[in-house]
Amino acid sequence: MSGHSTYQPQSPFMQWLERRLPIASLVYSSFIAYPTPRNLNYWWTFGGILTFMLGVQIITGIVLAMHYTPHVDFAFNSVEGIMRDVNYGWLLRYVHASGASFFFLAVYVHMARGMYYGSYKEPREVLWILGVILFLLMIVTGFVGYVLPWGQMSFWAATVITNLFSAIPGVGDPIVSWLWGGYAVGNPTLNRFYSLHYLLPFVIVGVVVLHIWALHVVGQNNPTGVDPKTEKDTVAFTPYATIKDAFFIGLFCLVFAWVVFYLPNYLLATDNYIPANPGQTPTHIVPEWYYLPFYAILRAIPNKLIGVCALGLAIASLVFLPWLDTSRVRSANYRPAFRQCLFIFFAAVIGLGYLGSQEPSGGYVIAARILTVYYFAFIWIILPILGLVETTKPLPNSISESVLREGVPVGASAPPSGA
Amino acid sequence: MLNRNIPKIHRSIFALAVAAALSVLGAWSASAQDAEAPPRQTWSFHGPFGTYDPAQLQRGFKIYREVCSNCHSIKLLSFRNLAEPGGPGFTEAQASAVAATFQVTAGPNDQGQMFQRPGQISDYFPPPFANDQAARAALGGKLPPDMSVLAKARGYEAGFPYFIFDAFKMYQEGGPDYIHAILTGYADAPAGFALPPGGQYNKYFPGHAIGMPKPLTDGQVEYTDGTPATVDQYGRDVSAFLMWAAEPTLNARHRLGFQVMIFLIVFTGLLYMTKKKLWHDVLHDPELEKPRAST
Repeated sequence: MSGHSTYQPQSPFMQWLERRLPIASLVYSSFIAYPTPRNLNYWWTFGGILTFMLGVQIITGIVLAMHYTPHVDFAFNSVEGIMRDVNYGWLLRYVHASGASFFFLAVYVHMARGMYYGSYKEPREVLWILGVILFLLMIVTGFVGYVLPWGQMSFWAATVITNLFSAIPGVGDPIVSWLWGGYAVGNPTLNRFYSLHYLLPFVIVGVVVLHIWALHVVGQNNPTGVDPKTEKDTVAFTPYATIKDAFFIGLFCLVFAWVVFYLPNYLLATDNYIPANPGQTPTHIVPEWYYLPFYAILRAIPNKLIGVCALGLAIASLVFLPWLDTSRVRSANYRPAFRQCLFIFFAAVIGLGYLGSQEPSGGYVIAARILTVYYFAFIWIILPILGLVETTKPLPNSISESVLREGVPVGASAPPSGA
Repeated sequence: MLNRNIPKIHRSIFALAVAAALSVLGAWSASAQDAEAPPRQTWSFHGPFGTYDPAQLQRGFKIYREVCSNCHSIKLLSFRNLAEPGGPGFTEAQASAVAATFQVTAGPNDQGQMFQRPGQISDYFPPPFANDQAARAALGGKLPPDMSVLAKARGYEAGFPYFIFDAFKMYQEGGPDYIHAILTGYADAPAGFALPPGGQYNKYFPGHAIGMPKPLTDGQVEYTDGTPATVDQYGRDVSAFLMWAAEPTLNARHRLGFQVMIFLIVFTGLLYMTKKKLWHDVLHDPELEKPRAST
């Protein structure tokens, strides 16, 4: 049942191919026989959802690129041409634009799951760091993509974000001019952003391959955080994990379709339907929702250079989680104090997201500062100390034991099955 | 048991605290809004089965043509769009006749001259002014926005927590609600309100001082189908027309959306049942339930 078999090519052709390029056995061992812990819950399906969304974005993006014109005078109208005159162009564009939001939604769930179950800990550090690199690549890709329709928010987002680099002492302004390809955001900027928006998704594909490779070397974590010990602890990837992933991708698509077909402009800024106008600043420049927590951190700090550093550090800090978290217990299910602090951390990130969408004044700034302090304190202070001082709950001896005990509180009277 | 109740009480206190914090934030963000929120209207294109009402779009087009088009361009709209499915439902002959009433600049001809000719069905609506500068010069320095995607370029923030409810209500009509509110929101400036020169007071315009003079009055545009000729009705009709101009594929989107939802519900249901059957043996593994022999 656990499917620890090896691939045996049957047909003469497959035997011939196997001796020259063992691609079939690679696929077999990676996506069919690959053992996955039997107790994975649905939070583990978001890796599959992300792979699916990456495919959706690349396919819709390639077709959109066939109809899009990267020029300041034509970009806005070419996007409207896609909406009006390209067959199913409205579908392609709405899937791609809302798809970015759902891509980020899935990646945030995926990261939260990794943090809750301690999936970044030994031996999955490299797997986790590759994930942070993927997140960073997604942020850059999403940002340059948002500039392409050349609406008001596109233009001013490009101006505000590239201007962040001007905070670097001494070389700031030359760097910004270099990024722009001129003395203001203009046609060279739009052209290079278009080029990068086509390039970076394939860089993401490459890093995803490394991410999955690293995953298949160390194996998946699971809700107990206890390593699989026997064959009973695992099931074969296909059909068990694939059917679970497929079911949840279906549910995810239902929500996605709800937005694409019934609320296509719900997640888009109305100002981005006004063509870019360098002479008129919108009253309220807000990034897309998935950048809002980091935007709030940036604005919480009155000094521009320190604010930019905090923004960078907020993402870079994630790289060090495997070493900052000193606890040897992986899963938050067995770390009650960590669990509470982590939920407050998640609430703080959502709170920062809300504050990032509001005018930076009065109580909003104070609230953003408090939450920013907690964001960094959780990662750099609470995590290292908590691992040393907290009392953890007893871990199950094995995954199978935890499955058997389902419904019975851990550490309660049920005797461990087997010696 | 008492010790089991304590965490429950804790949880409800926590929930209360969260609810209180959220309502304070909600009130805060609501008070931060300056202009009055546009009242929500009933639209035929709202909801999963919503479609444009061709008669309403024709009335709205009449208003655009007789009133708005004197100042506002609608550059992305073509005469052929008037005869396309999901729109005002004109025939191709009618759309051609509309086009012929406009003069468009064409050329250059064999002598290298630009010339004027009657519009054809393949032409786009010609703008009322040659360029933005000409519009500003004629209209006291104000530039009327192009109306092609105006209904999607306007709206207002519902604020927390209403934007969450709007996702479930499929509310996408902030633009037409706002345009209708502007058209019906002209009023005398309240005492003490310093209206800048050339400005008009409007309840719903951000900052209240709008450059556009009140464009519509009761009875200004003649309706031949018995629809009341009021500013309220004009506002509704022209907003619906502008929504169609901004989103001409809405009918097709709603139709395809329903088919996709039905497919996804059935397909996901089948996947769920397959998953349940496959995992049944894993979750009810007799091997696991036996005490394990020492290995």
